Amino acid sequence: MQRHGKEKILEVKGVRTYYGKAQILFDMTFSIRRGEAAVLLGRNGAGKSTTLKSVMGLVSPKQGEILFKGRSIAGLPTYKICSLGMGYVPEDRRIFAGLTVAENLEVGRRPPRAGFEPWTPERLYDLFPNLQVHKDRLGGRISGGEQQMLTIARTLMGNPELMILDEPSEGLAPVIVDQLAATLENLKQDRVTVLLAEQNLGFAGRICDRAFIVDHGAVCHDSPMHELSAGVCERFLAV
Amino acid sequence: MGPFIVQFLTGLSNASALFLVAAGLSLIFGVSRVVNMAHGSFYMVGAYVAYFAISWLPKGGFWFWGGILIAAVVVGLLGTVVEVLLLRRIYRAPELFMLMATFAVLLVIQDLALWVFGAEDLLGPRAPGLDGSIQILGALMPEYDIALILIAPLVLVGLWFLLNRTRWGVLVRAATEDREMLAALGVNQKRLFTGVFFLGSFLAGLGGAVQLPKGGADLLMDLNVIAAAFVVVVVGGMGSIPGAFLAALILGELTSFGVLFIPQSTLVMMFFVMAVVLVIRPYGLLGKPEGVEHTVSELAQWPLRKASRKLRVTGAVLAAVLLAFPLFAGSFQLILIGEIAMFALACMSLFFITGPGGMVSFGHAAFFGGGAYAAALFVHHVNTPMELALLLAPTCMALLALVIGWFCVRLSGVYLAMLTLAFAQICWAVVCQWGRFTGGDDGVLGIWPSPWAGNEVIFYYLAIIISGGGILALRYLLFTPFGYAMRACRDSRLRAAAIGIHVRRRQWYSFAVAGMFAGLAGGIYVFSKGSVFPYEMSIPRSFDILLSVLLGGIHSLSGPVVGSAAFIGLEDLISRVHFWRLILGSIFILLVVCFPQGIAGYFSARFAKEPGDQEAGSERSG
Ligand SMILES: Nc1ncnc2c1ncn2[C@@H]1O[C@H](COP(=O)(O)OP(=O)(O)OP(=O)(O)O)[C@@H](O)[C@H]1O
Ligand SMILES: [Mg+2]
Repeated sequence: MQRHGKEKILEVKGVRTYYGKAQILFDMTFSIRRGEAAVLLGRNGAGKSTTLKSVMGLVSPKQGEILFKGRSIAGLPTYKICSLGMGYVPEDRRIFAGLTVAENLEVGRRPPRAGFEPWTPERLYDLFPNLQVHKDRLGGRISGGEQQMLTIARTLMGNPELMILDEPSEGLAPVIVDQLAATLENLKQDRVTVLLAEQNLGFAGRICDRAFIVDHGAVCHDSPMHELSAGVCERFLAV
Repeated sequence: MGPFIVQFLTGLSNASALFLVAAGLSLIFGVSRVVNMAHGSFYMVGAYVAYFAISWLPKGGFWFWGGILIAAVVVGLLGTVVEVLLLRRIYRAPELFMLMATFAVLLVIQDLALWVFGAEDLLGPRAPGLDGSIQILGALMPEYDIALILIAPLVLVGLWFLLNRTRWGVLVRAATEDREMLAALGVNQKRLFTGVFFLGSFLAGLGGAVQLPKGGADLLMDLNVIAAAFVVVVVGGMGSIPGAFLAALILGELTSFGVLFIPQSTLVMMFFVMAVVLVIRPYGLLGKPEGVEHTVSELAQWPLRKASRKLRVTGAVLAAVLLAFPLFAGSFQLILIGEIAMFALACMSLFFITGPGGMVSFGHAAFFGGGAYAAALFVHHVNTPMELALLLAPTCMALLALVIGWFCVRLSGVYLAMLTLAFAQICWAVVCQWGRFTGGDDGVLGIWPSPWAGNEVIFYYLAIIISGGGILALRYLLFTPFGYAMRACRDSRLRAAAIGIHVRRRQWYSFAVAGMFAGLAGGIYVFSKGSVFPYEMSIPRSFDILLSVLLGGIHSLSGPVVGSAAFIGLEDLISRVHFWRLILGSIFILLVVCFPQGIAGYFSARFAKEPGDQEAGSERSG
């Protein structure tokens, strides 16, 4: 277990989000410290993705506060939130199908973080050799798993301080999942904070220090990952 | 052989300006999803600015080309101003509203151009050093045309390089695919959009400027070129710049050789090529099919309701007032109200396919004006009595709509709309160019009602009964199985198909029904006016109808009636003023900026209850 700074990098307080007239998040509240890796666990439809989208400004919360590095970001346009140092990997990959793999990476490129080695396509190709092989192929013409790698690599190109990933292990072969877990571990070494939404408990358990259990649009249980009891899992995660 | 080669090269040079305009249009649409009606205006302004820049600058080849470049940059900046001041405020508004905004810009620019540049057609200056001709196997070819031929490929290569080899270009291409994801990767779309608008308008301005020595500058260029650009874009495939290039070449050659064989028929030839291409490749030569529908139509949130008690009472009161109207109104008011009623029928027929049918038409005047012409020509050439002409007009328009609709229903959304506009422009061109049969610009005069209906009060009743009857019939149709199936097709093509509805055929029929009723409205209209002119079939007429529908609100069945009353009233008020287009355009711009969700949307949002209240969205009734 790694020691974390005191600084809270992300605070979500009492967020309520609607899709049209349907309320999805009910007073969603949690916070993460810098360098920590946290996971939102919950059943399908619990509101994990909606929480992440609210943080990114992809849907705007009706009420509540979101602080990133102490600064209120609720209501900011998405691109500004991103440029403050947040990276987002969506659950449906959203590769630019008409752009090549290399061009997809280029879209994600942002200035380096002071004091840390910036991500380059070469470093990412080392990490995901499949992408190297297909680097001139169109994004729409690579396999689903390769697209999953690409969407993660593309976000890394932005050198985020807080990396938000929505079910990154979905659709990947076990070897690749292992590799992904190792990558995320390495990110923590670089003091990158990680926020996951996951169904895959095993994967989450390998990377994360904290677990927030989401049910019906609110956090109903919050504990260090290793203290997550079988009972809690049974109650909130069994489908 | 010589003349043939010269004709071929002339075709290539015709293609140049067309390609520049179409490429800009395609680029802007691809990124921002704005169908920029004002794009043709940018082309026109480019020609005028080039004219004045070149005449102010010193003589000589360097300054000539400098003047052309200045014109393109000025137009690019104009486009940027329009984007920043107007479009940026309304990107979230429904697509149709953005269209209304750009059309308003077109109106404003028309009058501003008249004011600033004057009404006279300008003859373009000769290009220094390129004002001679060269001999090709005994035939003469203007040197400037050769220069034009080189411009299009140069621009094509430049654009290719920009879009594929620069970071900016990669971001632009990404934006055409998924703007939200682009934002999530930290890209400021506002700046990107502004840049694309600059580039697109720059290209339009460049197109207008380079054709100046060949075609000069006049105030009709805007609408002429926008229709041609739509054809190019549809034939080439929306969003594909090489496609636009290819299509511009084909259509340029066609106009060039068409003139040789069948003068006056160039637009018909364009139509023919477009028809052939769309039958074989519905998304154009190099276009990609649109993605499968992701979302249910926005309009599905506004179920149509049968008339509520309140509306029935209002309708009955309105009918009573209309019937009693001749008792206390003068002949001027009778004519005005009669025309509002006919126009309302035309609007209702457009609403019929646009609202419940989900097919936006930019060319509905083809049927309205077409009906007017059909009736007028029967009367004029074969002395058809009014009663028969009123039957023949809708019949002819139903047939025309069947032909046009057969092509249009193969497409959807903006593609469909552009195609309707192109068809309408072709119909308009036929009427204009076939002077011996249609009277050309002089129109058809002296079309009066039968003697029994000659009395203005009787004619008023006739107009009210025909128009009101048509409106009620269309309304009734929406609540029959035909109407339900039609709305099902709009809300979800796939699901409608899955329950056994032949979607395309259903849309085709509803298109024909709409054409028929618009034709009926046009038929009675011509007897009220006594004459008909090509304006009734032109793009501005189509937009009069579309704007009225939008004004009244696309969500509600009574919208078209309210909208047309508002529109005709407004037009009657301001059309006597100089520069009324400027005023009308400004009013529309204001409306769009103040009510970006549409007027109906504004009021329903304003009076809607708190979220969670299920009733709030569905309270509007027919
Ligand atoms: N665009 C949308 N419009 C309306 N409702 C939505 C939309 N997206 C999600 N929902 C609803 O919001 C609720 C929460 O969805 P969300 O995607 O946040 O769940 P999730 O926890 O990520 O589930 P999963 O594990 O399946 O990804 C669900 O009931 C879903 O149906
Ligand atoms: Mg999810």
